[in-house]
Amino acid sequence: MSVIRQAESLQPEGKTMKTTVSGGLVRRMLLATAAAITLSPAGALAQDELNALVWCDHTDPALVEPFEKANNVKVNLKEYEGTGAAISIIEQSRPGDWDVLVIDAVDVPRAIDMEILGEMPADQLPLGDLFPEVRMEETTTKDGKVYAVTEKFGYNTISYDKTKVDPADMDDLSVIWSEKYKGRIALYDYYLPMVGLTGVGIGKKTAELTQDDLPAIKEKLFEMKKVARQVSDVVASQTALATGEVDIVVGGGEWLTAGLSAEKPNLDWTIPKQGALRWAQSIGVFKDSEKQDLALKFVQYIVSPEGQARLATSSCYWAMPANAKAGEHLTEQQKTALRWDRQPDYLKNSQLYPVADADMDAAMQDVWTEMLQQ
Amino acid sequence: MTATALERAERRKAWVFALPALLWTGFFFLVPFAYMAAISFWTRQGREIVATWTLDNYIAFFKKAHLFKGLVVSLEITAAVTVISVLFAYPLAWIIAERVPKKWQRFALVMAILPFWTSYVVRSYSWLLVLSKGGVVNQALLALGIIAEPLELSANRTGTIIGFVHFFVMLLTLTIYANLIQLSPNYRRAAADLGANAFQTFWHVVLPLTLPGIMVGAFLTFVLCIGDYITPQILGGNNELVLPQVIMLQLGRRADFPMAAALSLVLMVVVTLAYIACARWLKMERT
Repeated sequence: MSVIRQAESLQPEGKTMKTTVSGGLVRRMLLATAAAITLSPAGALAQDELNALVWCDHTDPALVEPFEKANNVKVNLKEYEGTGAAISIIEQSRPGDWDVLVIDAVDVPRAIDMEILGEMPADQLPLGDLFPEVRMEETTTKDGKVYAVTEKFGYNTISYDKTKVDPADMDDLSVIWSEKYKGRIALYDYYLPMVGLTGVGIGKKTAELTQDDLPAIKEKLFEMKKVARQVSDVVASQTALATGEVDIVVGGGEWLTAGLSAEKPNLDWTIPKQGALRWAQSIGVFKDSEKQDLALKFVQYIVSPEGQARLATSSCYWAMPANAKAGEHLTEQQKTALRWDRQPDYLKNSQLYPVADADMDAAMQDVWTEMLQQ
Repeated sequence: MTATALERAERRKAWVFALPALLWTGFFFLVPFAYMAAISFWTRQGREIVATWTLDNYIAFFKKAHLFKGLVVSLEITAAVTVISVLFAYPLAWIIAERVPKKWQRFALVMAILPFWTSYVVRSYSWLLVLSKGGVVNQALLALGIIAEPLELSANRTGTIIGFVHFFVMLLTLTIYANLIQLSPNYRRAAADLGANAFQTFWHVVLPLTLPGIMVGAFLTFVLCIGDYITPQILGGNNELVLPQVIMLQLGRRADFPMAAALSLVLMVVVTLAYIACARWLKMERT
């Protein structure tokens, strides 16, 4: 204790230390000081930290660094794919380990039911600035309380190389199970949008899908598999389209091609006449977070116009910002790639992901796995 | 101290030395394995994992064709990879052991295992660039006029097998080479003295004596290949799923740990059966 006090007394005057204290004592005092810092309550001197469980678009330094600098905080980001994986991580963590969660908007009710998310003050979030179609109060709120806010959205539709296919063909979803582009199609490997999109293709509304609809959808999925070259994740699908391995990605959209628009202007996307699926991701604060204020601040930054523009054009994938005011921070080229001006039509002609209970979810996954094994 | 007391002391010392490894194995293999085996008899009902003992997951594996097919695909690919790798690795190991001068053998081995130095994932993606429609192989064949349309070498089983074989030929070359260089030249001299020609010597003398090396490598190939999902994921184009991919689907999408545990145990049983089949050649002691 006395050593620490000596060290403290010497700290402001480095010169004193240099002139009056022996080398051995300096070493001891430095060690003691280091020990004191290490053993002192966390945060006394250290930079504050925030732990966020996110999708890959949040890992772009261009998005997170401005927040870190402005708040002198280190944001630790853990990337995951699929809500199942997120839930596994959360179940294996201790309460308080995580502060912020980014989650598929359709899975927010599941997270609320699991009592993972905490309430956020509605008056401190720019909810009124969000595109009305993506506010999604039915999923992000419960009993009038806000548990998550939509931060980004986009479409699962058709991405294609306009120099290799007839763009007019892309206006009809039936092209994805026709023989015309056999061997030139990649299917996005995510059962939820793909089952929904296939349903849309045969005239079924995603909100009304039941297990009775699955046999018809399965039949179409099997037909799609026959004409597809591959079924692949985001990276593999994007690579295949960019390198010419395939000319069409079913389930793709602006998130697959908009980010490449500057280097690959031949890549495009559209929403066919039957419609497409609209996905959205939400952000919320963990109920057990010990840094509620800081976590809320991060959420506020992400849904602010500036944060939204950065998130929309994140290096991992581009997609529409949920906040309509983000347009002020986007360049014309970025807006063109995102089809900013066509959003009113696109929003009207798109449906949300199927919201499935556990049995329906399992049945859809079975159908998808059966298709993969064909 | 008597001989028995000495032996007892030596045995105690051996246990002390083995203790860290035993504890490590116990804590980090046996306990997790027992836990995994236990939860394979639980079920995921809705969003909950229910800890009631049932064979449902195992029954589902045999009843649901898309799950069972994972095992069939795994076995087919693994068998093909093991056989092809042995066929490629044996001549390579033989050339290094018999034809390459002693002073160059180490260099030749380093060259043979050089691809091991690259990340497994990077290597698989590199193969994708080589085998894809616009890849090196197709470009070369098209330029030479040998083919008119690109060959389908990736996003299918062919791609997966090529990726695997490249990896496992290196492994098998090492095990077979290690066996070949231990072989005394006197065996071949004796065979020649008895009138055997080169082929007869190889078939009746060299091959049986190097069988342990082949079997060790083949077993390792089998185990590593049947448990891998990276190469099929990258080079197979998800056009068919091997069992590890099916297991990953249970974890990543459903968080269905009981089903994933059940499928993993099935995989372990298959590996155990393979071990039993090869056990004769995998013994530590040689008689």
